[in-house]
Amino acid sequence: MSCTDNKTCTCTPAGSLPADGEASPGIEAGRRAFIKAGGAFATIALTPTVTLMAFGGGKANAAQESLDPKARWGLLIDVAKCGTGCSECVSACQKENGWQDTGHPETDAQWIRKVTVKNPKSGAVAELPVMCQHCDEPPCADVCPTGASFKRADGIVLVDKHLCIGCRYCMMACPYKARSFIHETLIDQKPYAPRGKGTVESCTMCVHRVDRGEIPACVESCNSTGGGAMMFGNLNDPQSDIAKRVAELTSTQLRPDLGVDPGVHYTYL
Amino acid sequence: MARIIYREARSRTFLWVFMALMAALVVTGLSSAWYMEHHGHIVTGMNNGIVWGLPHVFAIFLIVAASGILNMASLASVFGKTTYKPKARLSGLMSIALLVGGLSVLVLDLGRPDRLTVAMTSYNFKSIFAWNIFLYTGFIVIVGAYLIVQMTRSWMKWTGAVGTFAFVWRLILTTGTGSIFGWLVAREAFNAAMLAPLFIAMSLSLGLAIFITTRLLLDYGCGDRSLGTELIERLAKLLGIFIATTLYFQLLMHLTNLYSAARGGVERFLLVEGGIYPLLFWGGFVILGSLIPMALVFLPAFNRNRMMVGLASVLVIAGGLASIYVIVIGGQAFPLNIFPGMEVSSSFGDGQIQHYVPSLPELLLGIGGWALAALITLVGVKILPILPVEDNVTLNAAAAAG
Amino acid sequence: MKQWIRQVLATALLAVALGAMAGISWPGMASAGEESTQVAAVPAPAIPEAKPGTECVRDPEFMRRNHMDMLKHKRDLTVHEGNRLPEFSLNECIACHAVKGDDGKNVTIADSRHFCRSCHDYAAVEVDCFQCHASRPEAGDTALQSSPHGMNVLALSEFLKGVQE
Repeated sequence: MSCTDNKTCTCTPAGSLPADGEASPGIEAGRRAFIKAGGAFATIALTPTVTLMAFGGGKANAAQESLDPKARWGLLIDVAKCGTGCSECVSACQKENGWQDTGHPETDAQWIRKVTVKNPKSGAVAELPVMCQHCDEPPCADVCPTGASFKRADGIVLVDKHLCIGCRYCMMACPYKARSFIHETLIDQKPYAPRGKGTVESCTMCVHRVDRGEIPACVESCNSTGGGAMMFGNLNDPQSDIAKRVAELTSTQLRPDLGVDPGVHYTYL
Repeated sequence: MARIIYREARSRTFLWVFMALMAALVVTGLSSAWYMEHHGHIVTGMNNGIVWGLPHVFAIFLIVAASGILNMASLASVFGKTTYKPKARLSGLMSIALLVGGLSVLVLDLGRPDRLTVAMTSYNFKSIFAWNIFLYTGFIVIVGAYLIVQMTRSWMKWTGAVGTFAFVWRLILTTGTGSIFGWLVAREAFNAAMLAPLFIAMSLSLGLAIFITTRLLLDYGCGDRSLGTELIERLAKLLGIFIATTLYFQLLMHLTNLYSAARGGVERFLLVEGGIYPLLFWGGFVILGSLIPMALVFLPAFNRNRMMVGLASVLVIAGGLASIYVIVIGGQAFPLNIFPGMEVSSSFGDGQIQHYVPSLPELLLGIGGWALAALITLVGVKILPILPVEDNVTLNAAAAAG
Repeated sequence: MKQWIRQVLATALLAVALGAMAGISWPGMASAGEESTQVAAVPAPAIPEAKPGTECVRDPEFMRRNHMDMLKHKRDLTVHEGNRLPEFSLNECIACHAVKGDDGKNVTIADSRHFCRSCHDYAAVEVDCFQCHASRPEAGDTALQSSPHGMNVLALSEFLKGVQE
């Protein structure tokens, strides 16, 4: 298995250790699984509290007890590869997280959307997905009165819906229009993506998948049936594919002037 | 100086009818809130683009005006203008009433008002919103104490100290309210430190306008406590100065934005091309809400006439509502600039003007907040010695003494 | 001068009394309901059994008394720290105690036979978990987690310490 092809690289099946795990250090999912399989010592080292995970549990896909506080999960989107009219990432997100288009674009939740950008001077057109940018300094978390909007230690920005009172101040503060308010009663949500009327939500970077050592649904589908434009990984790990790509290509973040340091990077924009 | 005698308002039919009307409006507002709660915000005009709608316009109006109304009391206890002393109690009572009314609207518009306890127990101190929760509750407590001190003979010597504290607190409070918008880096229409002093100026004019209107109504409703012509004229001129100050800060804010090329788009939208928003700004706020009332309060032909001063006050209130609508909703309607210099489109309204049509429940909820404020005021003057028996006596006495 | 103080105090007392009657649930109210099983005419709830061959993370007596605290603590660990261990996960409770409806599908919280509702209806304690959370496992999802639930004493005491904080 080689890492030259983006598709193969990010689609390593969750939890399974790649045979040449050492030789392809960029394989994110595999690397994380490796750490876990490394046993209880790694688990203990990463968590300050006494571990609940039994010693010798060691199954590669054992549920994790704690996130990796040293990680900074991020996305790299290659705009040149993002196909015109392709919305695989959007459909995958809808399927994974249980939101849908009900024909009311103004009130429907949209965790991820395809934006068409046209340079009015040159006429150049590009398409790209925009979702929660998982800022390092998230304005939504700054303004949230109850602390419901927060950034996990590994950089994923979430809404703790147990604390969200539905004031929508985060939606006022978000520079990316990444958040949606749930305007109606919902039923039959996905077990791993709780969502409910009167609270605010946004892309979770598929936190439930990341916690199992998998990659976000949008990235997975983009790489299997889409243009292979999305990459997920740990920006803090210099050995990861994403960190290397970010280091070697000129990538940009959206509205870098705001200084919020998004975890989502775009190339060829 | 002549002693001022305060007494509970007499029971007049007018007072009872007005109270009943306000109570009915409060019930309508509560029903609207329940309706919005039950069905979700889908029954309002608010959406993912315009996340704060009419309830917020009404609530912010009430909260801003609440701190401004306290000015009447501050003039007496902080700035030593004894002329206004007979107004101090009513001004304190009304400032509490308006704040409670505004906060009720704000809370009832939450997505999860049932989680009010969460808002009271879980704080993020980096949020100006969280600070405001303390500023608002603190204000109610301090002004409450201020009222008690004024009404208790043995504590009256503390009036100046408590009054000064309340005055400082109200300045911070309005700064906090303005900063809710002023500190939003993402929105071009907001993100201006100027919003805080603008809100303070607005609070002065709106507060005084509401105070004058209320006093005139109470005079009518309770009969014998008429405002003297001289006092009317003084209040009218003071209102004129406050209107001019508000206008000045608005002008300065827009000029600053116009000077920046990056903000040309949002200014063009708010002031020229944005349909309802320029109409409300120029027609509602500038002409009806500022220029006409200024003419009414400064021209000697009108400013001794209580009807004309009352009309000016009502116009200021309407203009204030219009300008808050433009700030709050107009500011959200202009699309976020995620890709500067680019033309963008998407299924989520990127690059598009965000649409908002207020719905009836929102309007009724907002009016319910006003009605609650009025009801608290009326009940207050009915059960507490708020209103002076005779204003003119003290005014004349003060004039003679001064 | 004293007249108005009395009036204010009376009004305040009345407001507090009304508020207390309307909204505050008194400590002990719920447990009183539980203990009067024999007396009440309301039939005792039929609590849906767990999946055959499984054992609950703690004994039923413990869970009956403490599940709310366990769930609350677990939810914070999960949302904020990424704890995905199955112990005390709401999804696990829901999946293990799923009840098949007449149509052969698992029932939702809308059905009074639902695991949580069976007891909560009886105790008259309303929960709002399911305004956001799925109240039944996804169709076809039978194996959420079936790891052995052997939390050792030390681990449990740590967890409980977290609950108290």
